Amino acid sequence: MKREGAAWIFVAPALAALGLFFFLPVVAALVLSFTDFDIYSLADIRNLRFVGLDNYLTLLRTHLFWKALGNTLYFVVLGVPLSIALSLGAALLINSKLARFKGLFRTLYFAPVVTTLVAVAVIWRYLLHTKYGLINWGLGGFGIDPIDWLGDPHWAMPAIVIFAVWKNFGYNMIILLAGLQTIPDELYEAAKIDGAGRWAQFRHVTLPALAPVMLVVSILTMAGYFQLFAEPYVMTQGGPVESTVSVLYFMFEQGFKWWNLGFATSVAFVLFVILFAITLVQLKLSQRWSDP
Amino acid sequence: MRKGALLTNILMVLLGLFAVAPLLWMLSVSVMQPGEAAHFPPPLIPANPTTANYVTLFASTDMARYFANSLLLACLATALSLTFNVMAGYAFAKLNFRGRDRIFRFLLTALVIPAQVAMIPLFLICKELGLVNSFGGVLVPSIATVFGIFLVRQYALAIPDEMLEAARIDGASEFRIFRVIVLPSLGPILVTLATFSFLGSWSDFLWPLIILNDGDKATLPVALANLSREHVQDFELMMAGSVVTLLPVLILFVVLQRYYISGLLAGSVKG
Repeated sequence: MKREGAAWIFVAPALAALGLFFFLPVVAALVLSFTDFDIYSLADIRNLRFVGLDNYLTLLRTHLFWKALGNTLYFVVLGVPLSIALSLGAALLINSKLARFKGLFRTLYFAPVVTTLVAVAVIWRYLLHTKYGLINWGLGGFGIDPIDWLGDPHWAMPAIVIFAVWKNFGYNMIILLAGLQTIPDELYEAAKIDGAGRWAQFRHVTLPALAPVMLVVSILTMAGYFQLFAEPYVMTQGGPVESTVSVLYFMFEQGFKWWNLGFATSVAFVLFVILFAITLVQLKLSQRWSDP
Repeated sequence: MRKGALLTNILMVLLGLFAVAPLLWMLSVSVMQPGEAAHFPPPLIPANPTTANYVTLFASTDMARYFANSLLLACLATALSLTFNVMAGYAFAKLNFRGRDRIFRFLLTALVIPAQVAMIPLFLICKELGLVNSFGGVLVPSIATVFGIFLVRQYALAIPDEMLEAARIDGASEFRIFRVIVLPSLGPILVTLATFSFLGSWSDFLWPLIILNDGDKATLPVALANLSREHVQDFELMMAGSVVTLLPVLILFVVLQRYYISGLLAGSVKG
């Protein structure tokens, strides 16, 4: 079997790399989350102890973890629908027969997606500046008093949501646009003959046809938004008053600031379980909707 | 009907402004005189454009070094990802080996695991291998990716089996077939994968932040984040730093957007 041997030579390097640098760490993470791996174990592995579920129990009693989970949920609940709505709006605009310069606008809308997050976070920190920021200046034009976007615990997370929606809407737009382009024109013609107006066409033709794509988009977006980290790291450092500490930010600080690596791994696992559960719920719901 | 067209195009322009205004403003502030942007209302256009901020950026910070670090790492990550993923993706599509389909399905299910779960043990593995604070450590997660293998496999499925068989009958070795027939027919997907790998590596933040703790080896995003904490009030300087970080990826995207977008669409139906 010379050919089987050749096949393994093609595939083995990648599988070895994935095994060593992804699958082994994932399994190790589960084990590590049941240990008290900290800076002393880092110095000498003999200091390592298995502590069973202690990390998880401690997590339940840690105020900042619940705060981080709440902040992350707030970010997801506010950000995901806004992001998808704007993506859908943009896709509908570009798909419209009335629109001109479609290629140009598609590129413009997509530009924020390819930008480097840290660099645009730096830009937005200045756009949102209380004193010199363009956004407050614009709001002033409508007679709205300056908002201390990143310094007021009530506004810091909404500010990060606006930034995230700006950064990401182009991504889902492309996927939704591809979905829109698969809807046959005849469906719209038939709806028009039945006397359906624009809104009725959107509700009864566009949305149902787009449902499977919307499911993919919402799962991807939600998974992405649960992994909030760089935005608060660069823009607010988790503040003010812990209002932008996210689950991953909490994990990063526990792991690489305080070197509580066992504890931090349990945070990562909880995040994974939450994400997994939400994805399952979304898939179940979509099944119920698709076969009533 | 004409009213509808007008409204559609006005909305398109407004959304376009929303998307690019922050980037245009960045460019504008980056050529303002130091201190000029700290006024209210903020000036939109520089009164006397200057390259002073760029000069300061490269003369008094190590920005040139960080730029070189990022460029080198992005190129190496791209080369690694191309080599490993293309060989594996082709094998999963066209070569037979025991357990092939089962292994592939297993890889796909792994897509639901967020990378952060693996991060802390991966750090410890890198520590054991002596890779902490080295470029090798930064590159480790980009060697092979499930997404990359998937992308190449989908594309390679379209290579006709007859072509490969004919070459085998002519006595060509598997590696010769790969080089002479497979690689040339994978052209577009190689560009797609390269674009993804390069942009992904260039913009990555969390992993380089964890694995590199020596200032000299920092990548551009990590350095920019540090710099922006030190120079909170130097608007113009920080905007110049953002331009230096963003311009390469924006240019690359505009040139290669066709490939990038086709990869994105393939990736979105990965389930």
